[in-house]
This record gives sequence, C-alpha cells and structure tokens, in this order.
Amino acid sequence: MSLAITTNVTPQQNWLERLGAGHIILAVALMLYPLVASDFFLTQIGGYSLIFGMLGLSLMLLAGYGGMVSLAQITVAGISAYAIAILGNNNSNILGFGWPWWLAVPFAVLAAALASALIGWVSVRTEGIYTIMITLAIATATYYFAQQNYAIFNGHSGYTGIRAPAFWGIGWRDARPFYYLCLGLAVLSYAAVLYGSRSTFGMTLQAIRDNPRRMRALGYHVTAHKVFAWLLAGVIAGLAGVLLVWFNGRVSPGTIGVDAAIDVLIIAVIGGLRHPIGPFLGAVVVVLMQTFAIDIVGAERFNTLIGMVFLVIVFVSPDGILGLWGRIKPHLAQESLRPGQ
Amino acid sequence: MSLLDQPSSSSLSGGGTTRGQAWGLVGLLAAAVMAWLVFAVWPDWLNAILISKKAFVSAILNGITLAGLYFLVASGFTLIFGLMRNVNLAHGSLYLLGAYIGYEVTNRTGYWLLGVAAGFAVLAIVGVVMQVFVFRRLEGDDLRQTLVSIGISIVAADLMLAVWAGGTYQITTPEWLDGALTLPIITAVRSNGVSVFLTYPLYRVVVLAAAIVIGVGLWLMLHKTRVGMMIRAGVDDRAMLQASGVNVHAVFAIVFAVGAGLAGFAGVVGGSALSVAPGEDVRYLLASLVVVIVGGMGSITGAAIGALLIGLAEQIGLVYFPTYGIVLTFVIMVVTLAVRPQGIMGKAR
Repeated sequence: MSLAITTNVTPQQNWLERLGAGHIILAVALMLYPLVASDFFLTQIGGYSLIFGMLGLSLMLLAGYGGMVSLAQITVAGISAYAIAILGNNNSNILGFGWPWWLAVPFAVLAAALASALIGWVSVRTEGIYTIMITLAIATATYYFAQQNYAIFNGHSGYTGIRAPAFWGIGWRDARPFYYLCLGLAVLSYAAVLYGSRSTFGMTLQAIRDNPRRMRALGYHVTAHKVFAWLLAGVIAGLAGVLLVWFNGRVSPGTIGVDAAIDVLIIAVIGGLRHPIGPFLGAVVVVLMQTFAIDIVGAERFNTLIGMVFLVIVFVSPDGILGLWGRIKPHLAQESLRPGQ
Repeated sequence: MSLLDQPSSSSLSGGGTTRGQAWGLVGLLAAAVMAWLVFAVWPDWLNAILISKKAFVSAILNGITLAGLYFLVASGFTLIFGLMRNVNLAHGSLYLLGAYIGYEVTNRTGYWLLGVAAGFAVLAIVGVVMQVFVFRRLEGDDLRQTLVSIGISIVAADLMLAVWAGGTYQITTPEWLDGALTLPIITAVRSNGVSVFLTYPLYRVVVLAAAIVIGVGLWLMLHKTRVGMMIRAGVDDRAMLQASGVNVHAVFAIVFAVGAGLAGFAGVVGGSALSVAPGEDVRYLLASLVVVIVGGMGSITGAAIGALLIGLAEQIGLVYFPTYGIVLTFVIMVVTLAVRPQGIMGKAR
C-alpha cells in the first residue's frame, strides 16, 4: 500500500515546490480572508471551523494513520478547557487558581495529552472496532461525571467567565486576532501532522495500522507507538480545547456531551480521513450547515438533516469529501474477516 | 491409590487447594458476608459506617433490579455484536423508541401488557428492517456499519424529539403491579422490640424476575435449540457457519429481531419503573457498551455478570459517593480491560 501523500519529496526541489501550489494558494486565501469577512464570519464560521478542524485533525491522525477511530477527542479537548477554567480565572467562584495564561495553557495541553495517552493505553489493549466502543464509553462516562461532580467540574453549569488573554497590546478574543490565532495554531498542527506522517514514527504507525502482527514480529513496540500517537493527538485536541474555551468564554458538560463527540466524528468522516486537510474541509461544511441550514429546515430539525447527510456520505461516498475509505477500510474490514486469530 | 485420589493438590498452589477451589472459597466467604449483611440486624458501628442498613440493602436491591434492566438491553447488543461484529450504536435509540411506543399503546388502550407486547413486537420489526435494508448492504465492513448506526441514532433521537417533545413520560403500571412487598429482611428493631421489615416496590421485583426468566430463556434458546446452535457457531466462526450451508442472513435477522425486541421490551419495562425522556437513549447505550466491554462480547452469561457489576456499582455509588459514582463504572471498565481485554466471559481473539 502506497503511503505517499500529495507530494513526492525529492532533494532537488526547493522549499517553494515542496510546499505545493495548493498550499500556497490556500494560505494566501486564509490570510486575506479577514479583509472580506465580517466579524461574524471571522469567528463564528472561520474560527469555529478551524477549532473543530483541529479536533477532527486529531481524530484523523488516529484513524487515518493509526486505524484507531476515537470518539473521545472532544473529551480530551474538554479536559484542557476545564483545566484552563480551573487553573486560570473564572466567574463561578469554584477553584480558579488565577494562573497567568502562559502557565495555564501548557499545563492544560499537557493534561489533555496525558489524558489522551491514558485513553489510548486503555483502548489499544483491544483491536479494531472495540476502540470506538471503549472511547464512546469513556466520552459518555466523562460527560456524566462532569455533570454530577461539583467539586471539580462545578456540575451542570460548568464554568463561565473565562477570558482569552490580552498581551502584546492585543485582546486575543477580538474577531481578527482570534481568527489569526486559530489559523496559526491550525496551520501549525496541520504542518506537524503532515510532516509527522512522513517521519520515521509516522511511517511506523502506518505500518502498524496495516499489519500489527508483522510489525510486532519485526521487533517494534506496537503498543508504545499507538499510545504515543494518542499523546500527539491529545496535544492537538488540547490546543483546540484551549481555543474552544476562549471562544465560548465558558465550558460545561454540554461542551463535551455525546452530541459533540459525534460531531467531531461526523466532521472528520464527511471531510475525509485520508489527508490532514480533510477534517478542516469537513469542519467548514458542517459549521456552514449548522449556521445556515437553520433557515431551511428550522432550528429544531437540524440534527435530522446533519444525520441524513452523514448517512448519505457513509453510504454513497464513504470516501468523504476527500476519499477516505481506501485507507482504513482494508485494515478494519479485514479484522472482521479474520475469524479466530 | 490414595495419592491418585487427590490430583488437585499440586505444588503450584499452596495449602493443598487448586486455584478454582481457592476462588470458590473466596466466593463462598463473600456470599456469607453478604448474606449476613442482608439478613442480620446491624450493630450500631456498622450503621454508622454505611449510613443505615435500609440505605445499604435498598442500594443493593436497586442495583440488582437495574442490573436486570441493563441485562435486557445489553443482551441484545452483545448478541448482535458477537454474531455480526456490528456495533449497533443505535441500540439506545431502540430502547427509547420502545419506551415511547409502550407509553402510547398503554395510554390509548389502557392495557399495560399490550404496551409491553407492542414495545417488543414493533422494535423486533424495526430491528429486522434495519438489518435487512441497512446493515446487510455493508456486510463485512464493520466500521461503516458502526458509522451508519451512529447516523441512525442521531436521526432517530431528533425525530423522537419532534414527535414526543422534550417532556418526561411515565408509563402507568397496572394496579396488580402496584404496591410494595414486605421482604423478610429486618432493617431495624424498634425500642419496643418490634422488628421493622424492609418493604420494596412489587413492580421492581417483577422486573427482576422477568429479566431472570428472559435470561434463562435466552440461555436455553442458545444452548438447546437449533437456531441457538447456529448463533453460537456464528459467534465463534461466521465464515465456517456460512460454508456449512446455513442461511446466515436468516440467522442474522432472527438475532436482530430478538436483540432489538428485547431493547424495546426493556424500554417499556424500564419506562414504567423509571421514566421516559430524551437522553435516556445515551444512558442505556453507555450501559450496554460497558456491560459488553466488561462481560465480553457475544456471551449472555458475560452480559449478566457485566450488568450485575455495573448496576450494583451505579446504585452503590449513588448512595455512598453521589458525585463520584460514575468513577466506579470507569474503574470496573479499566480494570477489566487491563486484566482481561476480551472481557470476563469473552473469548480471546
């Protein structure tokens, strides 16, 4: 199975060629987007899509390269969001250590990454379709835990009044700076995933996805590689969680509910799990639908619409927008056809 | 010959007992402690630790009853998963739909039993339709089947919200199921020497009895009938079953009908004991997931053990550490995965 992605890197190419025309055009368009977009389109569409694109990206990293479809990405993001609320300042008079942002953010992301690695460690003990079940169980249980626990999660109401920091004379929750902040972090994670997929680790991970037994026989530590992939995905999801809590100004059990967990999966699947750009495409489509489909079907029946679109995509074009299937299908489909290993 | 008469005394396990015997002893001891806790009159210090005997015994009884409900939902889930490798994440929606249908039928006809029957029958049909028209098309592609079941659950939840709105319903149970049962368990002794016996809702006892009867029935069906034999063979090796000339699609349809029907049945029964509201689908889906992860896929016995563990953990957690209750469920799941990834009764694959 060929694992080459978009470009075949040869030493003769200069950096411009290696970047690819598509990326440059996209980057310029995204940089110039604030010139034409209103504040609403900048944050509610642009920023929100980028945040959920990052969440989808963390899922894509696991599912596309590792063959592990997770439903717990929003949970990981929620952990970093809650960590920001607890370590920094909030209005809820519970906890709130008042740490400055440059201290709170690294710790929040670290907490998310560790939680992700833990979830990964638990779920990689089994294979294939079990991962979805275990991660969904973890996501749901975390949601109920956040709802019933007041000492840590402040129960049903969660935390409010969380402010994005202001430094270098810029209030980062303002429309334009926030958009660029999201864009910067999204591009960073995107580039990291793209680069990482061609690194030794990325190649090993993909080889493990395709044939874990052979890789184990070759002497690779399969579990360690998978758990490390979970750790990396946790970093990306954790960053997205920080942006999410700054964006909303609040975090509650509803943020990490089962609906949200499934939304992330829908975004990644609609966009395509084959290339890191897929989740971002999916996020734009879903966010646009969320914003404007209300005018067509009414706010109440939106979930029916998105569910139908999702069903159609899975049925008719399982490749998502990009064509995701060829990648994880052989791996996961074969699992079910190998009886009693 | 006397040496050969005692093959159990191996050098590996000390004390002259095998591992099985040791575990049996531990089990007996635990059962004895449990029986004492339930039937004896508690000394004051124990009441001080565990709040009160009434709270403790009620938690245990509630846990076992809830386990019965969870078992009804999860047994279908585990059979479907075990046989078809199909993680039907719409299983919680089947439960909720069954509850709503039971509510409507009971409300309009006035016969609760008719509501229960309708819940089972309608959902059995829905299950067959889902299997024939949706999942059969994606056979052998379990990830896509799972994704489709997620899509179905989203649409189903939204449509149910459209029809029945966000309100909470309670299915009215018939009079002959109302009332309380006085159990021969003394919770306290009043100062005048009169013993206070524990009373428990009759309906919940009936739910538990129904779950046990259905569990035994399922076990008999799986182990004593021809269809059951095919199902067990399919769980172990689907390709081989197909190769030996069995119409696996018919078997799949039967399992889906039974599984979905049981979810619908549990919906009506559970909706009468507790309540029917949006969001219950997620709760029972979580229960099914954890029960199957803990109990092992495709195993009815495993589902019973898992349901018992989760039901007890949930109710005991609710009484003794209400804000950390779900952590117990977490711990059970993680420990199971760490020690025995395939589940307690699951077969290693």
